Amino acid sequence: MRITKRAATVALLTAATVALTGCSTGGSTSDEAAECVPADGNVDLTFTSWIPGIEDVVDVWNDANPDIQVAVQTGPNGNGGTYANFFNQLEAGNAPDLGQIEYDALPNFRVQDGLINLASCDGVMEAEADFVDWTWGQVSFNEDESVYAIPQDSGPMAMFYRADLFAANNIAIPTTWAEFATAAEQVRATGAYITNFSQSDINQFAGLVWQAGGTWFGNDGSDWSVNLTDDTSIRVADYWQDLIDRDLVSTQPPWTTEWDNAYNTGAAWTWNSAAWGANSIASGAPDTAGNWAVAPSPQWEAGDESSGNWGGSSTAVFTGSKHPYEAAKFALWLNSSSESLTMLNESANLYPAATSGLDLPVLKEGVEFYGNQPIYDVFATASGQVSSDFVWGPTMTQTYNDVSDGFKAAVSGKGTLAEALATGQAATIDALKAQSIPVKE
Amino acid sequence: MSAVTESPAPARPATRPRSTTPGGPKESPLSRISAMTVMLVFTLYFLVPIWWLFVAGTKSSGQFTSTNPLWFADFNLIQNITNLVAYRDGVFLKWMLNSALYAGAGALLATLFAGMTGYALAKYRFPGRELLFNIVLGGVLVPATALALPLFLIFSQVSLTNTFWAVFLPSLVSPFGVYLTRIFAAASVPDELIEAARLDGAGEVRTFFTVSVRLMFPALVTVFLFQFVAIWNNFFLPLIMLRDETLFPVTLGLYAWNSQVNQIPELRGYVLIGALLSIIPLIILFLLLQRFWRNGLSAGSVK
Repeated sequence: MRITKRAATVALLTAATVALTGCSTGGSTSDEAAECVPADGNVDLTFTSWIPGIEDVVDVWNDANPDIQVAVQTGPNGNGGTYANFFNQLEAGNAPDLGQIEYDALPNFRVQDGLINLASCDGVMEAEADFVDWTWGQVSFNEDESVYAIPQDSGPMAMFYRADLFAANNIAIPTTWAEFATAAEQVRATGAYITNFSQSDINQFAGLVWQAGGTWFGNDGSDWSVNLTDDTSIRVADYWQDLIDRDLVSTQPPWTTEWDNAYNTGAAWTWNSAAWGANSIASGAPDTAGNWAVAPSPQWEAGDESSGNWGGSSTAVFTGSKHPYEAAKFALWLNSSSESLTMLNESANLYPAATSGLDLPVLKEGVEFYGNQPIYDVFATASGQVSSDFVWGPTMTQTYNDVSDGFKAAVSGKGTLAEALATGQAATIDALKAQSIPVKE
Repeated sequence: MSAVTESPAPARPATRPRSTTPGGPKESPLSRISAMTVMLVFTLYFLVPIWWLFVAGTKSSGQFTSTNPLWFADFNLIQNITNLVAYRDGVFLKWMLNSALYAGAGALLATLFAGMTGYALAKYRFPGRELLFNIVLGGVLVPATALALPLFLIFSQVSLTNTFWAVFLPSLVSPFGVYLTRIFAAASVPDELIEAARLDGAGEVRTFFTVSVRLMFPALVTVFLFQFVAIWNNFFLPLIMLRDETLFPVTLGLYAWNSQVNQIPELRGYVLIGALLSIIPLIILFLLLQRFWRNGLSAGSVK
């Protein structure tokens, strides 16, 4: 008796499971052609972004455009869950019209057919001139007639440094990486560290490789290539490995209180970071107000003028949106009108990707925390020096995780940064194969 | 499993005789001390993070990194709370209210449903009773997290994602509650009493609410507490279901803020003080209902 009951239970549970999985396969992508024509009547759009205060910016748009009303949806940042939600929604067929996507995640969405190519939408191709070259490269994947998102913000990199400490100890501000290593020795002699090598900000390291002229991925139109271990990346990795081996840089986990405290107490003197990092130092190291300054990134060859990028995001239109024309129009306004860019900068420290945005009045002022230096001038110059050739891969979350595991081991003395890149290279190729994405060995 | 599903023994009070110290076996001082040490270590382990959170909540953002993490600097608790409540037009308060609504109303209804189901399974004989109970038991084994994605796809079909119901409806089921109330009803609601109520002319529903609910009260409180905490802490389902900030429970809202601390550092202070405030309702609830809860937890353990 009991056996039959149990069998019945199992059967019922199985049936329930089948029913559930049955649901999950329904409602997949619709094959609507991405013809970009204006709608007849009024249009309501949904837009998901995790920027606090973006509602206020959208309100400005809604007031001026009664025929295109945008509703804001929100959530945690991309890798914190919103990307996963986007994929779920694309699967369920209820993705928003527009969404915020960081540059390094765009290839992932494109590979999954999640994005609408906006190239045929009115004014989109013409807008290329309004954006910094490399940001447009990030959203067009350097292909003709392709625009998969509108660039929103960017993170050109420079060097934050403790002007007072460098001056007091008669150490020259490094302009090349060789000088940076020398300065690191001098700073270490005073008992402090010149900087902290981040074991988990792999996109910061990617920014350093980007500056050195490397790129981690490539796509020839059919196959992806993975280049985490090309000469440039290894050169950058070996450079930092040397500093770690000689105990010239600290290796605290970033974004922790210890890390903040190191900057606050003068135990770390520089940070190679992006424009948006200005506020991180100001809030993490309040006791050092007025003592910081910003200089261009150290160069690999004296006289070079190149810069890397760390972070930045775009506004994309998702497959399934019925109104790509209006969505593109809104995205262009959001990311290139000075009104919107000023508000985004004030509420969320976004550093614009639009060329006109680099000259916003708020970005021309001297910043008190940095001794009234107009620091954004440095970043504006840096933004113009970022290469357009850097390409992200379609599985960046996995790549970051694998490389980060290796970096964590390397800073505690097991293996090297270069070996971590090699591990990341192999793991990434495996991940691409596992997803049936064509990849060159 | 079959042992606990047998029909109930005759009425017996839910309380059990407590073994008093004089009669009990003597403990050696050594085992006493080691037991106390272990408990002390665990108490510290659980309380230090809360202490840290409290201390951190009283500091200004500058002092947060530069002062001793386990001791006070300037006492800014009130100021911090005021700032948090004022930030973005009091969205934090909205989240707390949402959480209270999801967890309060959800746990109340879930307890009612679980109590009725458990009572019915314990007290009525009908074909398929054990099958039904076994299916519910199967539900205990499936983690809520595993159901979030299928639920999202189902709710998508009926266009209910990003609504209050998307989080509220799934909160109404508590398989564990059914299990607990069935065991408890079997043990604490005597058949004779139900018979008596029937003879006096009470309908089944009335019997349940006037007689049985009172006898099952400790178990119902336990189910309520479990469910309340589960809903309050439920994070994954709202994360997947909700896009509209005004629908967020406090867990999801704080997580969303915390995910942006790198770019918007001032959020860190709000997350800390918000986390501190968000555990207060749970603490209050536990203290108020502790008495019943302890009773209910041991229910069914001695059977």
